[in-house]
Amino acid sequence: MKRILLITILGICVVFFADAKTIKVGASKKCTTIQQALMFASNGDTVMVNKGMYHEKNLIISKRIALIGIDYPVLDGELKYEVVAIKASGVLMQGFKVIRSGVSSMEDFAGIKIYNCRDVIIRDNILENTFFGIYSQYGINCTIEKNKLTASSSEEQQSGNGIHCWKSDSMRIIGNFITGHRDGIYFEFVTNSIIWRNNSEKNLRYGLHFMFSSNDSYIANIFKNNGAGVSVMFSHDVKMIHNYFEENWGDGSYGILLKEISDGIIENNRFVKNTVGIYMEGTSRIKMNGNVFEKNGWAMKIQASCMDITVTGNNFLNNTFDMSTNGSLVLNTFNGNFWDKYEGYDLNKDHVGDIPYRPVSMYSVIIEKNPPAMILFRSFITTLLDKTEKVLPSLTPENFKDAFPLMKPLRL
Amino acid sequence: MKKIIKYVIIDILRNKIILAYTAFLLVLSFSIFSLEDNAAKGLLGLLNIILIIVPLVSIVFSTIYVYNSAEFIELLVSQPLKRRTIWMSLFSGLSSSMVLAFLVGAGIPVFIYQPDITGVMMLLIGVLLSVIFVAIAMLAAVKTRDKAKGIGIAVLLWLYFSLLFDGFVLFLVFQFSDYPVEKMMVVVSMFNPLDLARIMILLKMDVSALMGYTGAVFKDFFGTGIGMLLSFSVLLLWSILPVWFSIRKFNTKDL
Amino acid sequence: MIIANNVSKQFGSLKALNNFSVTCNKGECIALIGPNGSGKTTFIKTILGMVVCDSGFVTVNGFNIKNDWQYRSNIGYMPQTGRYPENMTIGQVLEMMQDIRGQKNNLELDEDLIERFEIKSLLNKRMRTLSGGTRQKISAALAFLFNPELLILDEPTAGLDPLSSEILKEKIIEEKKKGKLILITSHILSELDDLVTQVIYMQDGCLCFHKTIEQLKEDTGQTKLAKAIAQVMLNN
Repeated sequence: MKRILLITILGICVVFFADAKTIKVGASKKCTTIQQALMFASNGDTVMVNKGMYHEKNLIISKRIALIGIDYPVLDGELKYEVVAIKASGVLMQGFKVIRSGVSSMEDFAGIKIYNCRDVIIRDNILENTFFGIYSQYGINCTIEKNKLTASSSEEQQSGNGIHCWKSDSMRIIGNFITGHRDGIYFEFVTNSIIWRNNSEKNLRYGLHFMFSSNDSYIANIFKNNGAGVSVMFSHDVKMIHNYFEENWGDGSYGILLKEISDGIIENNRFVKNTVGIYMEGTSRIKMNGNVFEKNGWAMKIQASCMDITVTGNNFLNNTFDMSTNGSLVLNTFNGNFWDKYEGYDLNKDHVGDIPYRPVSMYSVIIEKNPPAMILFRSFITTLLDKTEKVLPSLTPENFKDAFPLMKPLRL
Repeated sequence: MKKIIKYVIIDILRNKIILAYTAFLLVLSFSIFSLEDNAAKGLLGLLNIILIIVPLVSIVFSTIYVYNSAEFIELLVSQPLKRRTIWMSLFSGLSSSMVLAFLVGAGIPVFIYQPDITGVMMLLIGVLLSVIFVAIAMLAAVKTRDKAKGIGIAVLLWLYFSLLFDGFVLFLVFQFSDYPVEKMMVVVSMFNPLDLARIMILLKMDVSALMGYTGAVFKDFFGTGIGMLLSFSVLLLWSILPVWFSIRKFNTKDL
Repeated sequence: MIIANNVSKQFGSLKALNNFSVTCNKGECIALIGPNGSGKTTFIKTILGMVVCDSGFVTVNGFNIKNDWQYRSNIGYMPQTGRYPENMTIGQVLEMMQDIRGQKNNLELDEDLIERFEIKSLLNKRMRTLSGGTRQKISAALAFLFNPELLILDEPTAGLDPLSSEILKEKIIEEKKKGKLILITSHILSELDDLVTQVIYMQDGCLCFHKTIEQLKEDTGQTKLAKAIAQVMLNN
């Protein structure tokens, strides 16, 4: 039944676009450059580009066409031009290898740039050594899918962002691989969009950089080994689900940096081997549930400026420090998590510890105030201090506690 | 020299204390690893053994042994042997027995539960610390004639290295909290073999936390090949210097 | 064979040896005599290198002992109280000493005393279980075991039963006949009568006199060593 329906729809499409033609480009074809083909083409046409090297300078697509590469023809920007500019809605660009865009500190040269249009699909392209990779400016309902972006600059100034969206809406960023850029994925004033199953690693600054972008979701992405992890700032209603944040190491590097965020959801993510799993500042009304924090330096740093953060049902495993904070005011709740450092007991066998767990250790407070004290970490004297603090809390905030710590880790 | 080392080792092995120490380490490490549900916490327990128990046993046992061997040493000194040979044999015998006890007691559990670079690093550090504290014990024992006083000094030295020194460093850190003291801290840590050993293990164990903050400064130094080499050299120096000083003292000591 | 030249040694405020000079030659059997604390044991320990002197020097066979250690292979030493590793058996101690001193493989061992003291039957006994007398026997046996040219015996008969004491004396006389230098300290002067050829008398770390026994007897007009020494002490 399904198959019949599909064939019928396909048939209708073929009839509907019957007048659409296909223009081929290649060394042995009538059109040897894509520019030529674009001149011949009209809305609804398909331009098939054969394998080869194309120096098109700045290729501007201003008609609603499908531009399809066969065996990844190369578009070379010769380090001078913006390689492809899409200025018409409904364009499909697929199967190209875009290399060497111009680099400028004045203009944001990109490998592929979308200008003020909608329904553009950029799929399955390879971008190498572009300044910005794929850039959307006032794009609406565009799909950027399965592209592979690689840059190799070592300085932030010489490098642009991988996928850069500015003042866009309803974007879908799906299954891209981004490495070596300044920020892997950059969102500024982007709303109602989804970032799904991307892999952003070894970028110079952030794997994902989010500013003033609300009502977005990012789901099942991998952010690994980026200079400063992931940063989500000045936004509201952001959902972060099923992502991996791994090995974001360094001073000022975070699994996620949350700053001025409200009404978000952080669910079922894994934070592994980050210097800081989550850093929160000025954040409010966030629900955290089902996350796993493993082998981080600090699982979470919650500054005193945060409120109404609910941390429930998460696993904290093998972190050097579970939590730290910079003040004594605590307006957040941390109940019902599993903490591997919990040393309490469960007499009534309800799988919930009978005495509360205090995730902020005295030494984490000391280090927060006085970082060089890190050199004494795990020494006999600091162990003694920590034990004393557990018996007689004086430095650590009194109500920073999990009143119902779990005895066994959750299956996450 | 080989002959005397042989007799020293035979004598130490006949001493039940070293066997008890081995068994104690073995039981402790096994229980630590099997009671904790994850191996990393086991390693943490092992770290405490290495930083607290190994130095304590090494220094106290060696001091007592040197005092108890007074007769043996006297007997040997009247024989056609160099004093340096006698002393070095005593040192080699003691340190190799302590190392052997440690490797059996802690090495077997580590190789069963944590056979990775962190585990190997811990064993290496444990071995070095055993030798270092035997060396310090020999210096303490040769400096004081009175046995009770000598043992007291040994325990105080242990207390100093494992607690007092760090207390002093903590005090320094707070006193100079307004200054960039990270580099100074690196230098200060060289003056305590326990601190140096601890930092080297932390670099393997708490790498995520050490990457942040000042940790990065430490990592930049201790984590590099040169820093690692330097740290190991300093640890070696910590085992060689006390022995060297104690030989000088022993060479002119009246028996 | 032994030359001590202006040897001084101070323990705290006590001058154990004070510009002590003496020469001992091969074939002599010398009694080292003096009141308690006169520096006899200190002098012996200085020869053995167990005590390092503050000034002066000692040579044994022409070698300054300060820079040498091999000269000790020519010395057999029987300490005042033999102290041995408590955990070892007699057999192990003997074996170990042979092991240590056996650098000359063709060294002829003198097991005479081991046999005469019947030590062979005690080989499996631990040192800590032994009586003082048995320890002395072991010390004596060890001192003679390696056939040394120089024997230093510190209170050799103290703690020995009369029979063993006789055996030891016989042995000393035998060795004396072989032309060895023997240095004995003892408080039981009557025992020394048949043994010694010379007497060194010390007091407060100083050498009082160094005479042959005939000379001493002549000077004091006594026939027995004990009486002669008593005479000297009285005169002082």
